[in-house]
Amino acid sequence: MSHHFGFRMKIELQNISKRFGAVQASDNVSLVVEAGSIHGLLGENGAGKSTLVKVLSGFISRDAGVVLLDGQPVEIWTPADAIAAGIGMLHQDPLDFPPLSVLDNFMVGRPGKLLINRHQAIKEFRQLAAQFNFNLDINELVSNLTVGERQQLEILRLLSLGVSTLILDEPTTGISAAQKSALFSAAKKLATQGKSIIFVSHKLEDVNELCDRVTVLRQGQVVGDLEIPCPDETLVELMFGRELAPPIKPRTRQAELALKLENVSLTTDRLTINIRDLEVYKGEVIGLAGLEGSGQQLLLRLCAGLLQAASGRIYIGNEDMTGQPYQQYLNAGVGYSPADRLREGLIQGLSIHEHVSLRTPPRGWFIDWRATLQKTLHTIALFKIRGKPQTKVERLSGGNQQRTQLALLPTPLNLLLMEHPTRGLDIESVLWVWQQLIARCEGGTAILFNSADLDEIMQYSDRVIVFSGGAVSEPIDVESLTVERLGQMIGGKFERNHQ
Amino acid sequence: MSRTFYYQAVSLSIALGFIAAIILLMGASPIEVISKMGAGAFGTPGQFARVIATLAPLLLCTSGLMFTFTAGLYNLGIEGQIVAGAIATMVPIRVFQDILPAPLVIGLAILAGALGGGLWGLFAGVLNIYGRVNEIFAGLGLNFVADGLALYLIFGPWQKEGVASMSGTEQFKESLWLPTFGNTEASPIAMGLGIAALVLTIVVMRGTHFGLQLRAVGRNLQASYILGIPSVRQLISAFVICGVLAGIAGSLQVLAVFHRLIPSISSNLGFLALLVAMLVGFNTWMILPVSLFFSALNIGSLQLPLNLNLESSLAGVIQGMLVLAVLLGRGLSEVNAFSAVKNQISSLFRKRQTTRKGVEEDEVEG
Repeated sequence: MSHHFGFRMKIELQNISKRFGAVQASDNVSLVVEAGSIHGLLGENGAGKSTLVKVLSGFISRDAGVVLLDGQPVEIWTPADAIAAGIGMLHQDPLDFPPLSVLDNFMVGRPGKLLINRHQAIKEFRQLAAQFNFNLDINELVSNLTVGERQQLEILRLLSLGVSTLILDEPTTGISAAQKSALFSAAKKLATQGKSIIFVSHKLEDVNELCDRVTVLRQGQVVGDLEIPCPDETLVELMFGRELAPPIKPRTRQAELALKLENVSLTTDRLTINIRDLEVYKGEVIGLAGLEGSGQQLLLRLCAGLLQAASGRIYIGNEDMTGQPYQQYLNAGVGYSPADRLREGLIQGLSIHEHVSLRTPPRGWFIDWRATLQKTLHTIALFKIRGKPQTKVERLSGGNQQRTQLALLPTPLNLLLMEHPTRGLDIESVLWVWQQLIARCEGGTAILFNSADLDEIMQYSDRVIVFSGGAVSEPIDVESLTVERLGQMIGGKFERNHQ
Repeated sequence: MSRTFYYQAVSLSIALGFIAAIILLMGASPIEVISKMGAGAFGTPGQFARVIATLAPLLLCTSGLMFTFTAGLYNLGIEGQIVAGAIATMVPIRVFQDILPAPLVIGLAILAGALGGGLWGLFAGVLNIYGRVNEIFAGLGLNFVADGLALYLIFGPWQKEGVASMSGTEQFKESLWLPTFGNTEASPIAMGLGIAALVLTIVVMRGTHFGLQLRAVGRNLQASYILGIPSVRQLISAFVICGVLAGIAGSLQVLAVFHRLIPSISSNLGFLALLVAMLVGFNTWMILPVSLFFSALNIGSLQLPLNLNLESSLAGVIQGMLVLAVLLGRGLSEVNAFSAVKNQISSLFRKRQTTRKGVEEDEVEG
């Protein structure tokens, strides 16, 4: 039973800092969440929202700072500590067990006892669910639930553990409108019961609809703490806080089409994205902006031939590639460079030399190791890779892995899909990578890339497509983009752009 | 490299210590056991020939397993592939033994063995890749099926005239036996096939596009796919090649050793080959010495009950211990056990906070 109802708790974070390598993810952040209130955390990619709530929920240990509950300092170093202190977090991807039933998931993580009282758990589950009008079948497998239903289950589970503070991390991505309104009314109900809600989001509309207060983060720091309602313009300015970098890419666009999408619809268990019509020309660069996981990667993988669309048609050049196998895409001159280099781009345990040999088109059965060694030495010099031919790729630095990955892309290419082409690289390497990419554009390659760095998108794109929770904007010429418009679109407000 | 060597040397000596302790517990002297086993394996030409007769199929099976191991697959179905090869070998023998000249029948029989083993490997591959059955379970399941099939044939359609028995089918005529060195069990043809398989494996792994692609697929299936390597073809090929080589080994068991089909025709050579493959890792050039050593242990241990009144299964204990020791050494060198222990001790003296750092997630998401 909800034995903790009526228990009020005020949360204070004081001077929280957390560093990951070179990145200061949280920089002296202080925050007060009043009991019984819904508090928004707003910020763009990498602003430090997730880091902050993960510190509070014990998933990340802080470098410095204090957490106070009702004025008392508490030690929270593990998720179990957090639960014991009454803090529960609903993750963006619910942390549940899809092969198990709703009831089993509900009972997971209960403290103490050797034996489980199923009967009592069922009773408790039904009471809690009825309270929030959540309609879940206890015997259904979690793998058959929608993301919204999985969120509901997770909320009920956390409440049954007696949490008095609920952290919702980007909960409105990938759920239906009805589920969203159920979620919001549940959150409001919990707040009236005295529980505190922390609502992490990048969506202006949702923050304005739900929250009592909002804290805006930028580059790990608090840049604003405001009452809601609050005009969008103010929030956008706080979120981005600067003018965007000017475009520096030369015009390389040619007249012929490189890629065409018609009424494409793509579905995963989390997202559905629809693209009515997209035409990309040879030599053109399209930047995909938006919060990570809003569908950019799905579009890149669709164009690479690694994902099949649920409906619609895709053309590379003039060729209809709909439903073709991946190998056909490779033959059509499509290249794909994944973000997770050691998992998808390169093969751990193999050397640079062996990678180059793998990419060399076979002539007969045997590898000409001497010829591929020459080719490898040439590649290493050309791409300025700091490594020897026999160096295993996992021994290379991130930047040199990226260079190796670029070196392995075939030439020429008609279409190049890149996830985070310069993530983790130093400035010099970033410039060098884009030099190479622009040279490819001049040769007629069309490039689609996503990036968490808005400056990179502004500097190197001809046109930009904005993704927000599965919604996809029309491509917009980079010259006509302002920080305000981009910010609002990333925040999920597309309508105003059709004025 | 050298660090791995030290770890392996240490764990090997621990293993040898254990083996010595076991022998002592059984009331014998380790030195005596070693000398008796050495004499049992290499004492007479006949005994040495038996070592060679075991070595040939072992080389074939281990070579085959190199392909599946390289592709990242644990082909526990190799036993069944040997049996399937043995069964298939019997078919041309039964059909053609009185029609065609003996050398031709032998050739056809070996070919049929390769085909049968390859087919059994293909089954495992199809179950694994298209049926999403873990290759370990697919292989083990198919082992039972192959054994069942052999039993059915021995007690059913192929039964001995008069009475069916566990002793197998009727022995076929001597002209169809593989020729041997003198009056021993060692056959030059079997040995030639074993060595050929080994050489072929080394060449394919080191020098060909197929070998390199197989290594890529085994180490990272997803990246290989994205790089455009036909991964499904590679995986299926690995299963089939392993099956073919194991099937030939099954053929040799029929043609050179037993001269008929018996219920446990594989003599557990497939599992022994798995041990060899695990011991050598990816060092293909180690296959020959290790296989020879294991064959010698198997044959040498047969003398133990006669001379020292010890169980001959001691050979299995020694083989298992050695493999475990080497795997342990490899594993420990990877986790760097010394520094792990050092950290454990020093963390006891440190504050709670610092020990948590290992648990952190390595991401910076806003």
